[in-house]
Amino acid sequence: MEEKLQSKIPSGPISEKWTNYKDTQRLINPANKRRLDVIVVGTGLAGASAAATLGELGFNVKVFCIQDSPRRAHSIAAQGGINAAKNYQNDGDSVRRLFEDTVKGGDYRAREANVYRLAEISNNIIDQCVAQGVPFARDYAGMLANRSFGGAQVSRTFYAKGQTGQQLLLGAYGALSKEIHKGTVKLFTRREMLDLVLVEGRARGIIARNLETGDIERHAAHAVVLATGGYGNVFFLSTNAMASNGSAAWRCYKKGAFFANPCFTQIHPTCIPVHGDFQSKLTLMSESLRNDGRIWVPKRKEDVERIRKGELRPIDIPEADRDYYLERRYPAFGNLVPRDVASRAAKERCDAGFGVNGAGLAVYLDFAEAINRLGAKVVEARYGNLFEMYQNIVAENPYETPMMIYPAVHYTMGGLWVDYELQSTVPGLFVAGEANFSDHGANRLGASALMQGLADGYFILPYTLQNYLSDQIREPRISIESAEFEAAECKVRDEIEALLSVKGKETVDSFHRRLGHVMWEYVGMAREKSGLLKAIDLIADLRKEFHQNVLIPNAFGVNVELEKALRVSDFMELGELIARDALQREESCGGHFRVEHQTADGEALRDDEHFNFVAAYEWQGENETPCLYKETLDFESVELKQRNYK
Amino acid sequence: MNFTLKIWRQANRTAKGHFVDYQVSDIEPDMSFLEMLDVLNEHLVLKGEDPVFFDHDCREGICGACSLFINGRPHGKGEGTTTCQLYMRRFKDGETIVVEPFRAKAFPVIKDLTVDRSAFDQIIQAGGYVSCHTGGVPDGNAILVPKEDADMAMDAASCIGCGACVAACKNASAMLFVAAKVSQLALLPQGKVEAQRRAQAMVAKMDELGFGNCTNTYACQAVCPKRISVSHIARLNRQFLTGKIVRPWKKED
Ligand SMILES: Cc1cc2nc3c(=O)[nH]c(=O)nc-3n(C[C@H](O)[C@H](O)[C@H](O)COP(=O)(O)OP(=O)(O)OC[C@H]3O[C@@H](n4cnc5c(N)ncnc54)[C@H](O)[C@@H]3O)c2cc1C
Ligand code: FES
Repeated sequence: MEEKLQSKIPSGPISEKWTNYKDTQRLINPANKRRLDVIVVGTGLAGASAAATLGELGFNVKVFCIQDSPRRAHSIAAQGGINAAKNYQNDGDSVRRLFEDTVKGGDYRAREANVYRLAEISNNIIDQCVAQGVPFARDYAGMLANRSFGGAQVSRTFYAKGQTGQQLLLGAYGALSKEIHKGTVKLFTRREMLDLVLVEGRARGIIARNLETGDIERHAAHAVVLATGGYGNVFFLSTNAMASNGSAAWRCYKKGAFFANPCFTQIHPTCIPVHGDFQSKLTLMSESLRNDGRIWVPKRKEDVERIRKGELRPIDIPEADRDYYLERRYPAFGNLVPRDVASRAAKERCDAGFGVNGAGLAVYLDFAEAINRLGAKVVEARYGNLFEMYQNIVAENPYETPMMIYPAVHYTMGGLWVDYELQSTVPGLFVAGEANFSDHGANRLGASALMQGLADGYFILPYTLQNYLSDQIREPRISIESAEFEAAECKVRDEIEALLSVKGKETVDSFHRRLGHVMWEYVGMAREKSGLLKAIDLIADLRKEFHQNVLIPNAFGVNVELEKALRVSDFMELGELIARDALQREESCGGHFRVEHQTADGEALRDDEHFNFVAAYEWQGENETPCLYKETLDFESVELKQRNYK
Repeated sequence: MNFTLKIWRQANRTAKGHFVDYQVSDIEPDMSFLEMLDVLNEHLVLKGEDPVFFDHDCREGICGACSLFINGRPHGKGEGTTTCQLYMRRFKDGETIVVEPFRAKAFPVIKDLTVDRSAFDQIIQAGGYVSCHTGGVPDGNAILVPKEDADMAMDAASCIGCGACVAACKNASAMLFVAAKVSQLALLPQGKVEAQRRAQAMVAKMDELGFGNCTNTYACQAVCPKRISVSHIARLNRQFLTGKIVRPWKKED
């Protein structure tokens, strides 16, 4: 393995590594903890749980978020559920199985030891959330209920209606509020981190912009935790919230933190199709719907034509003329194949001319059979709020006619590279939740992001961060007056000044939309060498144009256009890195599909001999080609094999 | 579709606000209300004017950020929906639409249509949680919870903290918001332990922050995007009143 990428995986059998780590990790006494400051950026599941737990332990925590309240972090929108290996259903689940499913679901591109730890911790998370008063769904005996998600043959997903993320986040927000009340955590809302400050090679603070006053602030600490979420909005249209961004991670990348597997982005199969150019974001229809919904398109092109013209309704098409293509191609998993597989299968049908909306970019998700089998009441109890949401947006009733869905950008498996302790290549910078690259390989299974975010925040960072800080106890409070803080602040001010002084003719949103088109077209669901090269060129041109022609009002205080401009400027650079990484990875795996590398029946074709590694990029300066480092993945506990959901 | 918008513009917390008229044209019926405002803002930016500031994030009715008072009603005329889930097809072509911020003493305007709702966070900080710490908790199935109670707790817990209840109330009371949290946790065995203490602490904070009294007009329930029922207020009152007698809470507790 390369010297710069020490994964620090503890020795011993896989099932004992985490226990061994905890047994030997260094501790800090309470009096010293009070003297140590920690900055947590982000209040989603990862950030809120980390900040709350670190506060409980006695550290001095400062927590930051963009929104007006920590409760509004993007995690709030997660719908379907959270996985855990409880085996409450007695259907054969175990830590081992959750581990294997996750490694396999990720198409064997994740680090085994991390994934095992995640599966191990999954059960603690459920217990913790129940204790906090998270109202998970229960059966009449009063026990916790489960549902199934893609990529698994057991029912291990815990849920709170279709609002699981909301309930888990409110649990973590409650824990955070408790610590704010006690005074161990200090909350900074409407703040955006714009740079990481390094002092003598260690992460020692951040530069943040106060989004209400426009002030540039310095905040110092002994360590920094980044829990700033994923970068799906690089595609402009995605299921992510509007403020979701890649900037915090990107700025850390430019300060020496390696960026790992940027091209591993996830396209979710079941989203409401794009309606028009004005659209600002896409709405997810939870994966849980695939428990009971069946996906199909008409078998005959004539029917497709007539549907598009409005001459035929989907319910008029007899069973025999429908192609339930997932059930046909993957009889073992049927509609519950992993997301990447389901998304590509939808694209394949639509590319072949079977798409059912005007644009030819939609397939049906049909509940008629479920309503027959279970009754409308049961279906409503399970999915009522999702059906309502759909009806609200599309103005069609999914109890009467099948939903129309299409894949959309949803999640990013890539992120800042971290070792087993969740520490990046910058000492003292830890990364948690969707912002890191760690556990999902090339494809995340449904209901595993919530699990990972809370595992990182409640149960991993509190140990590993303590281990790091144990040799910092003699370090006095970090001053914000140092030359390093001064330089970082100046750089941020200059950058803002430069953007404001362009005074061009095109809005930030317009540039973002154009970037999104390039990314979706050439770096989306199917990638090809020629297209990727083209994307790199197009993005370079777009960047140039942006810095010559972007129009940002020069306002004091609130300046939303400036906020967006800073994010889009980073998205363009990140988009280029995604394309480069996709170009380099001459194989198909998980969410990364290279047209040149597929099996005869169109499945992703991995190349373990040459690409069994994590790609980690080191920044080399503006407009320089980044340096690629490779962390080879050792599979000792699971056998590397071609995924098969047939 | 074309619309005339009368929008509240206010430069900052201390400035005086006023309505400004804007025309928007070529709006598609499938646009959301916020997407219509995006169109307006893009025009304003291109004309060199200051865009309208409004809070939003998830745009799917769950984060609680969006908070517009449209034609005299929080979140406009949709029932059980947030502003971001309001589609232009619900308006008449050519209509004049009045857009204001949520107004309440405890929600000062920051700029234009955006208000400061940190008072809600402060109410939660006063006690809107179970005081357990991470780790050392029993197995998730160790304490059984009747399904009916779990479901009712879920209904209360679906509050998104948008503040529509406050904006709709003539007294600007936060009673429904507080009741939703108190009720959720009082219904569950895990939260019951400190239910009375929680009710007293949260109500005290609500009063301190300048929210008004509840006079049972139920305007809150009518506009709640998550259709949270005023029956939770009864449960809050029960916890509050018995608490005052059985386990009185003092601020320094
Ligand atoms: C619609 C939808 C449904 C989903 N459903 C599920 C599901 O059912 N199950 C599942 O497991 N996963 C699901 N996911 C994925 C999951 O929700 C996310 O991966 C996860 O919530 C991310 O949590 P996080 O804590 O890492 O980041 P986030 O929740 O994205 O939080 C990021 C935080 O960082 C802050 N922040 C960001 N940048 C900055 C900055 N520069 N300065 C200061 N603060 C900053 C933000 O304000 C926010 O507080 C879903 C995702 C979507 C979009
Ligand atoms: S923007 Fe999140 S609820 Fe409307």
